[in-house]
Amino acid sequence: MAIISVDALDGKIAVEMSFKHFMNLSMSKNNYLIEVKDLKKYYYKQRLFSSKKEMIRAVDGVSFRIKKGETLGLVGESGCGKTTVGKSILRLIEPTSGQIFFKGINLNALDRDELRRLRPSMQFIFQDPYESLNPRMRIEDIVGEGLEIHKIASGKEKSQRVSEILERVGLQSQDKNRYPHEFSGGQRQRIGIARAISLNPEFIVADEPVSALDVSIQAQILNLLMDLRDELGLTYLFISHDLRIVKHISDRVAVMYQGKIVEMADCEEIFKNPLHPYTQLLLKAIPKINGSRRIDPFVIKLENNQTNDLPWACSFFKRCPISKDRCKQAPSLIDQGNGHLVACHFNY
Amino acid sequence: MNNERLKNPILEVRSLSVYFSTEEGIIKAVEDVSFEIYPSEILCLVGESGCGKSVTALSILKLIPSPPGEIISGRIIFNGRDITKLSEKEMEKIRGNEISMIFQEPMTSLNPVFTIGDQIIEAIELHQRLKRNEARKKAIEILGKVKIPLPDKRIDDYPHQLSGGMRQRAMIAMALSCEPKLLIADEPTTALDVTIQAQVLSLLKEIQSEMDMAIMLITHDLGIVSEIADRVAVMYGGRLVETGPIDDIFNHTSHPYTKGLLDSIPKIEEKIKRLNAIPGQVPNPMDLPQGCKFHPRCSMAVEECRNIEPQLFKVNGNHFSRCFRWKDCC
Repeated sequence: MAIISVDALDGKIAVEMSFKHFMNLSMSKNNYLIEVKDLKKYYYKQRLFSSKKEMIRAVDGVSFRIKKGETLGLVGESGCGKTTVGKSILRLIEPTSGQIFFKGINLNALDRDELRRLRPSMQFIFQDPYESLNPRMRIEDIVGEGLEIHKIASGKEKSQRVSEILERVGLQSQDKNRYPHEFSGGQRQRIGIARAISLNPEFIVADEPVSALDVSIQAQILNLLMDLRDELGLTYLFISHDLRIVKHISDRVAVMYQGKIVEMADCEEIFKNPLHPYTQLLLKAIPKINGSRRIDPFVIKLENNQTNDLPWACSFFKRCPISKDRCKQAPSLIDQGNGHLVACHFNY
Repeated sequence: MNNERLKNPILEVRSLSVYFSTEEGIIKAVEDVSFEIYPSEILCLVGESGCGKSVTALSILKLIPSPPGEIISGRIIFNGRDITKLSEKEMEKIRGNEISMIFQEPMTSLNPVFTIGDQIIEAIELHQRLKRNEARKKAIEILGKVKIPLPDKRIDDYPHQLSGGMRQRAMIAMALSCEPKLLIADEPTTALDVTIQAQVLSLLKEIQSEMDMAIMLITHDLGIVSEIADRVAVMYGGRLVETGPIDDIFNHTSHPYTKGLLDSIPKIEEKIKRLNAIPGQVPNPMDLPQGCKFHPRCSMAVEECRNIEPQLFKVNGNHFSRCFRWKDCC
């Protein structure tokens, strides 16, 4: 925790007041909870003893908006940049460029203190419930840490609040005195969710929250996340590589490929009418669960090739079954009507 | 499948029980498991973490670390010989030669300081009397078979130079190098992306029919099962709870656990409001319940299920279920 000097304390309260006022004001002008504009995150890879730097465009110009109460599913293969997007939105990673607005407030313009005061409204659920809980802390301290840091509750009141939250996510009140290792994977993920909702957030980034869990437990956690969304009016950015799960939970879906959004539309629409060849490929690759013994001899094309020797080409150029010369010029994400956005030259 | 094949399985596992003794007590990882695999058949072993599916696979290759593990009882008959009675020397001749295995994470099962070529050639030299350059020729041929582009160049690559999908192909090439009769694949596509997973699965299927080899595929993903399996064996709490041909398992599901697994996966084709999750936790193999191991999580459980462990009941033909109420299930 940061140490605040005594004379700064008076000023802080005043700032907080005007800050809250400002937040309410900006919300009324704009009904998008989250607005991401041209987000970029580049990493530089440098070899030992080499002066040459290689640039990796992890996220390369991603823009989207999420309405209050809406769930946006972000799908893509490993390394496509979906986690980087999620973490950049909460400024857990500092983006290279781009703007992120939460209720109209530009998060990039905030300093540490202002950002911390906004943190309770934006939370993160991590993929691995084994690595995201401190093994030396009791559950009460893990779930109640935020309450204490943000001076919402402490002592007996905190303990009481933690009990309520634990019961809300399907654990028991007496579990708060136990340590993470005493719980199974599914229960740990419930603890992670309890921690995320402890501060009454409005927006949650859930990064592959069920992919480390057993199949029978995945459904329990998905149901819990959906119940919480309905009861607490949460807004989710739901990151996953599993299209079945994304279809189940999302209102809208964005498909990412190599740092860019290639298609974005309403959930029903994108599964019924996928326009981008990559989305079509992904949908064909999902196994059907009916014992069909169908192995589609579909586009068994090249591997996911990370080297980018054509920097201006469409990112899917090399694997695309319909790519033409024109694709050496990257297409931009264009609305095809009904809010169905596609970045491909050949679908309109 | 013709009847003659049905009579002579390539692998027969009979009442296999494998226990691990730890300081906290005995873990009954596998209890009374019996199944068989016929030549050129794909059997999928399905289950969640800790259900004993990997231990079953490792027992077939006699790779259970002992101590703490021990095959308490049962026979594993491969090609007419009981593997459990073979010496380590004899077992070495079978491993990698007649039975091969591919693992989940290709990066940890390939040696990072040798080229993939070295590793494939080693397997060939060990089991077949070939000279080094002949073995190399064969290795290139196999790499081509698993569809690695430019196999004569890629053979000199180190594992880190290959992508995840390519590494898994190299692993498959190594496993296939001695043309095994049985390939055991433990979650071979879990670490891969969906599109790459589809490629690797169709590759396995293609090679299987080309080389006339049996595959035992271990997975937790019923989607993969649905795409590739001829027969399915579902495990829970160290026991087989349902086995049968794939059509029976998916269309006439006769065990509440299998049914629960199928219901808990969201489907692409239909929209459901709420998933039918199986309540409760995956059981701890150290502390299994009395009676049917699934009864604490089962919505159909009756008094009988709490006290008596059910037998495998014959549903029809080749389809068995370990449930007293299998008739009410489908």
